[in-house]
Amino acid sequence: MAEDQTINPAIEIDRVVKRYGSFTALNDVSLTIADNEFFTLLGPSGCGKTTLLRCIAGFEDISEGAIRLYGDDIANDPPNKRPVNTVFQQYALFPHMNVQRNVMFGLQRLGYSEMDARGRAREVLDLVQLLPFADRLPAQLSGGQQQRVALARALAPNPKVLLLDEPLSALDLKLRQAVRLELQQLQQDTGITFIFVTHDQEEALTMSDRIAVISDGRVQQVGPARDIYEEPNNKFVADFIGETNLIDVAVTGVSNGMAACTLPGGAAFTCPAAQGAHQGHGHLSVRPERVSLTAPEKALITGHVQRLIYLGTDMHIDVALSDGEMVKARVQNSQSAHIPAQGAQVGLDFEEGAARLLID
Amino acid sequence: MAGLGQKPTAGGRTYAGLGLPLMLPAWVIIGFFLVLPIGIMLVYSFLTKEFRGGVIWEPTLAAYDQFFFDRGLFGDEQPKIEWTYILIFWRSIWQAGLATLMCLLIGFPTAWFIATRPASSRTIWLFLITVPYWVNLLIRTISMKFLIRDNGPLNQWLLDAGLISDPIHIINTNTAVQLGLFYSYLPFMVLPIYAAVERYNFSLSEAAADLYASRWITLRHIILPVVKPGIIAGCILVFVPSLGAFLAPDLLGGAKNFMIGSLIEEQFKGNAGNWPFGAAASMILLSMVLIVLIFYARAQGRAHAKGAS
Ligand SMILES: Nc1ncnc2c1ncn2[C@@H]1O[C@H](COP(=O)(O)OP(=O)(O)OP(=O)(O)O)[C@@H](O)[C@H]1O
Ligand SMILES: [Mg+2]
Repeated sequence: MAEDQTINPAIEIDRVVKRYGSFTALNDVSLTIADNEFFTLLGPSGCGKTTLLRCIAGFEDISEGAIRLYGDDIANDPPNKRPVNTVFQQYALFPHMNVQRNVMFGLQRLGYSEMDARGRAREVLDLVQLLPFADRLPAQLSGGQQQRVALARALAPNPKVLLLDEPLSALDLKLRQAVRLELQQLQQDTGITFIFVTHDQEEALTMSDRIAVISDGRVQQVGPARDIYEEPNNKFVADFIGETNLIDVAVTGVSNGMAACTLPGGAAFTCPAAQGAHQGHGHLSVRPERVSLTAPEKALITGHVQRLIYLGTDMHIDVALSDGEMVKARVQNSQSAHIPAQGAQVGLDFEEGAARLLID
Repeated sequence: MAGLGQKPTAGGRTYAGLGLPLMLPAWVIIGFFLVLPIGIMLVYSFLTKEFRGGVIWEPTLAAYDQFFFDRGLFGDEQPKIEWTYILIFWRSIWQAGLATLMCLLIGFPTAWFIATRPASSRTIWLFLITVPYWVNLLIRTISMKFLIRDNGPLNQWLLDAGLISDPIHIINTNTAVQLGLFYSYLPFMVLPIYAAVERYNFSLSEAAADLYASRWITLRHIILPVVKPGIIAGCILVFVPSLGAFLAPDLLGGAKNFMIGSLIEEQFKGNAGNWPFGAAASMILLSMVLIVLIFYARAQGRAHAKGAS
């Protein structure tokens, strides 16, 4: 599962706390990132993603805990002594140096000769397809090209770990999708461990080997995309990743990871439960695409159609339950599909495996 | 930067028609207060001197001749270079250069310090830097003279602190002149550098550190080149007025430490003056300043051309 002991951890973040005055930006964060992994930090704005990256890179001192790189504690090393490179959120390209000089900068600091540095720089520029632009100044490039220079500059010294802080946020949708694939390919080709920051869940789900969902300076869940999406640990994760219904239920019993609960309207239902679930009050998470419409008398829950939204391939249906709670369903638009009319009485159904009992 | 938007080109349709009337005040000011006085100086430098000041309207090269050659280029004997004035010039350049260097060494860290304070306190620091300059330059220079006298407060303080056993003699030396120039023009160094550092993007320093650069390398290869326009502007703003200064050399330097500004001042003051000679010396000073500025403009142009290629 998510917390599997990796054989060869590239980075261990061990109970790290980071405070700014009385404000705690990182609260007891522990993560183990494997060698060659594409690891993503995902979370809403202000949750501490950049702060964590800056602690790894060495721009911030941590208040408590330890950061280990291949077993060595690096918490006291200055940034220029850490074999880690960063692609900055705003690129931070050196404005007075042309593209090639930007890429050569780190190499020369590592003692490459002028000629070797130039050779390596051109190699990396070729990799990101910027060789024709080697003589340009950063200001003479488009946003996407600047982003790739930043990437080339960070890749050139062949770091053990590459930190990427929302490197795609300045790109338009088309370019972003293209660069996503390039990045993934690059990561596989170079074998460098990537720690990638984003607040875009689609980006996280499609690119990463594993994802850490962070909110308010705490790690909420760590795992592969599928686990995070299918088996969220708590309400925050379920809600943040994709769309979900959180239905209030009464939990009558929990055993062996399965929970027995009572749905609104009185129907009894059994489904998998997240760790820590207990008897009492709970939330059932069901993805809208897993909710199906049936006849009211055969259904788990009944309500009436509040709103219909046409989404092209899909139809989004808001169903209001008798207590006012809203359940979203998403049905494919096909000829055979039965789409109810607005205001109609409908029944809602979902399978046992489609639902999950969550704690707050 | 260029990426954010194209600069509208001058002479575009909207501005072409409005240009002349709107520019008129600027042209009038440039004409009356810049071109006209320089023109008068240029003409006077080629006229014959009148003994009680003023000029006789008879064209001659005598003033320039007197400046560069002993006994005159047009005399009977072999012409010899006259070193007196050239040496004064040379000393002026040297003094102004040293004062500029001092201003830079003190001004850069000062500007850096101010620019890295929280935004709210920066204005206060800038204000504190400029407060002394509300007092007239003459008064400040005279005060300085009292401060650095052999038995003045500076020496007294150093003696009391036990740092020296005898008063150090500063007044009427080159050092005194440099101190005076340094103090007169320090804000002209601090302000442009401050403006440049304030715009500096500190994530560039982080990026440099991330790419294994030490602090020193970051300063040399990233910070200094990026804020260079501010440094050069500061150096010009200090060097140019220092070169022509006469208050500090007169009051602090004594007779031995004559500078070009005092030489020119002498020519127009009192009865002993020689207006054409003063005008000629001024023209020579002006040409030197222009040469410095042209070099600067050329260097800037080259930097731009290099970036574009
Ligand atoms: N130097 C600082 N002093 C005080 N608080 C800070 C400082 N830097 C960051 N913070 C706070 O720490 C929290 C986390 O900031 P951080 O930049 O890590 O967010 P983020 O997850 O990267 O957000 P975004 O997606 O918007 O980039 C924020 O609430 C921010 O206000
Ligand atoms: Mg951030």
